[in-house]
Amino acid sequence: MDALVVKDFHKSYGKHVGVDGISFTVKHGEVFGLIGPNGAGKTTTLRVLSTLLSVSSGDMLVYGRSVVDEPKEVRKIISYLPEDAGAYKHLSGRQYLEFISKFFTTGDDRERMVERGMAIADLGERIDSKVDTYSKGMTRRLLIARAIMTRPKFAILDEVTSGLDVINAAEIRNIIKDMAREGVTILLSSHNMFEVEYLCDRLALIDEGRIVAEGTPEELKRRYGAANIEEVFTRAVAS
Amino acid sequence: MSHLFTLIKKELRELLTPATVLPIVLLALIFASMGGLTGNLEESVAAEPEVAIVNLDEGGNYSALFMEVVQQANATVVLYGNQSDDVGDAVAAVKDNGSMAALVIGPDHSSSIEKGEHGNITVYWNMKGTGLMNSVSTAPVELLLAVVERETTHALIQSMIDDGQLDDREPGNITAPISYSSNTLLGDMVMEDIRPEQVSSFMMTQNFLMPLLIMIVIVMLGGIIISSMGQEKENKTLETLLTLPVNRTTIVSGKLLGSAIVGLLFAGIYMMGMSYYMDGLTATAPVDMSEYGMELGTLDLAIVGAMMVLAILCALGLCMIFGAFAKNYKAAQSLTIPISFLAVIPFFVVMFADFKSLPALVQAVLFIIPFTHPMIAMDNLMMGHMGLIFSGMAYQALFTLATIMVTVRLYKSDILLTGLGTTLRSGPLGKLLRLR
Repeated sequence: MDALVVKDFHKSYGKHVGVDGISFTVKHGEVFGLIGPNGAGKTTTLRVLSTLLSVSSGDMLVYGRSVVDEPKEVRKIISYLPEDAGAYKHLSGRQYLEFISKFFTTGDDRERMVERGMAIADLGERIDSKVDTYSKGMTRRLLIARAIMTRPKFAILDEVTSGLDVINAAEIRNIIKDMAREGVTILLSSHNMFEVEYLCDRLALIDEGRIVAEGTPEELKRRYGAANIEEVFTRAVAS
Repeated sequence: MSHLFTLIKKELRELLTPATVLPIVLLALIFASMGGLTGNLEESVAAEPEVAIVNLDEGGNYSALFMEVVQQANATVVLYGNQSDDVGDAVAAVKDNGSMAALVIGPDHSSSIEKGEHGNITVYWNMKGTGLMNSVSTAPVELLLAVVERETTHALIQSMIDDGQLDDREPGNITAPISYSSNTLLGDMVMEDIRPEQVSSFMMTQNFLMPLLIMIVIVMLGGIIISSMGQEKENKTLETLLTLPVNRTTIVSGKLLGSAIVGLLFAGIYMMGMSYYMDGLTATAPVDMSEYGMELGTLDLAIVGAMMVLAILCALGLCMIFGAFAKNYKAAQSLTIPISFLAVIPFFVVMFADFKSLPALVQAVLFIIPFTHPMIAMDNLMMGHMGLIFSGMAYQALFTLATIMVTVRLYKSDILLTGLGTTLRSGPLGKLLRLR
């Protein structure tokens, strides 16, 4: 079953072309990586998929729902975690999770959702501290908890471990692996090639708004005669 | 509906922080204490004189007159003596008792006046400090001395009449030969025994305090709302909010209503501070303007309140439009300038001139600014300019509606995340200006 179908998607900002007609498909339960240099169009693609930006032409279907025609329905399915996102600084971690949960469910279900979020964030007693006292790693854990405690069908993660130390980044990657095991479809973008190879079932390399290569990490390494995805990336972008 | 309440609660928590509330409360307290201070000033001017008197001219006609005036003025006399040695004691007593002054009637006071020379009174002012307020305590004694001088003049004239040096007439008619009666013309009204400055003083609430209140609330609220939106963008909490399963209209309404509650709360706090200020100012108001219809009834106050709420909503609508273009907290700071400018212009204009007396073009410009209407509302209600009141309210309502519609459009567009730059550069204006 296709979780995401991107059909000839274009996005322009005036004369500047951000994304120049890309098409790809993500299967249900898959972890799909979008990689590419800065300004290649990765974040634009994720923002359009999250219904934050409009489509210039083409369409994206999330579990059959169009981002163009049914953005509200798409928002019920997805969960988006922007790069360098923060939480409301005047709230505690628990209050932030409670605030988000109110948009998804009520009553006992809501309490269970917040409990699940707190377990994922794993911040101990600090869950009741104000967010502005959190380290970057703690904030990221809280935001990931926010993104997946709602059990979304489709998670969109933009540079999920950027700026984190080795320990925090490893913990976050484990959380993403667990999410995938629970059947959540994940579309992520990253500059960390090790992370991409470790997490993703399939990848698309995007450069100057176009997909230049697509496949599983093993397929891509074979195709480009590369030892790792970093080499694949360098050769694909250079060719 | 529950989503809307959740969003309103979130806005209130975000906007009502010690950093935002404290300046408002402090400013209100400053106004309240200014009112108290002004009230105290007026009370101190009206206070009865408290003096020590040393009469070295005992038995003189004019020193007796002096003492008579002091008695009639209900002055508190802390020491009374008739020896030159008593001067030092009087000065010491004045200092010890915190009285206003020691007055020494010179030994030749009466005889000098009778000879056609100057009488002699020496005043030792008790200066309690070097502050501006300390000089005010001289006023009751100055007033007492002025009465003494007038009565002495009258007595002198009377004695000249008695001696046949002058025609028999009322001494007061010689010292003040003209009697003035002041009436003030305002609109169609003739206000009897009222001077223009008394009317101006009474109208200060309308011409200064109400516009000041509205200006301060709008400037501060504008800063808080736009900065909060800039922060939401900088932290990317707005992106998260916009991807939640909730309508954009609900998000805009939540922001607007939450901010409106904060705006009204701020206005309420200011209003309390202002009312204390006004109580201080009007404690000794000498004229009653209600007989000329210049008072506001319950309905009038409700109209002023409604116009103020509409002005706050207009400001919030504008703030949300400007805030949509703020890429971060820093950029948001500069976007508060246009809102402040729109609040300051009508404040300064209506402070110095009546709206109706302005040239048509200036009136039109002020009418377009939605914050003008509550600033001139009290004046218009008193003067019966109901056309201006109702057209102003209708304009404010339309302005609010338009800004909300534009805000919802912005929240559904790319501009909210990409900023105005991209749109401008790619649009016809950008091409015309060759923006890059």
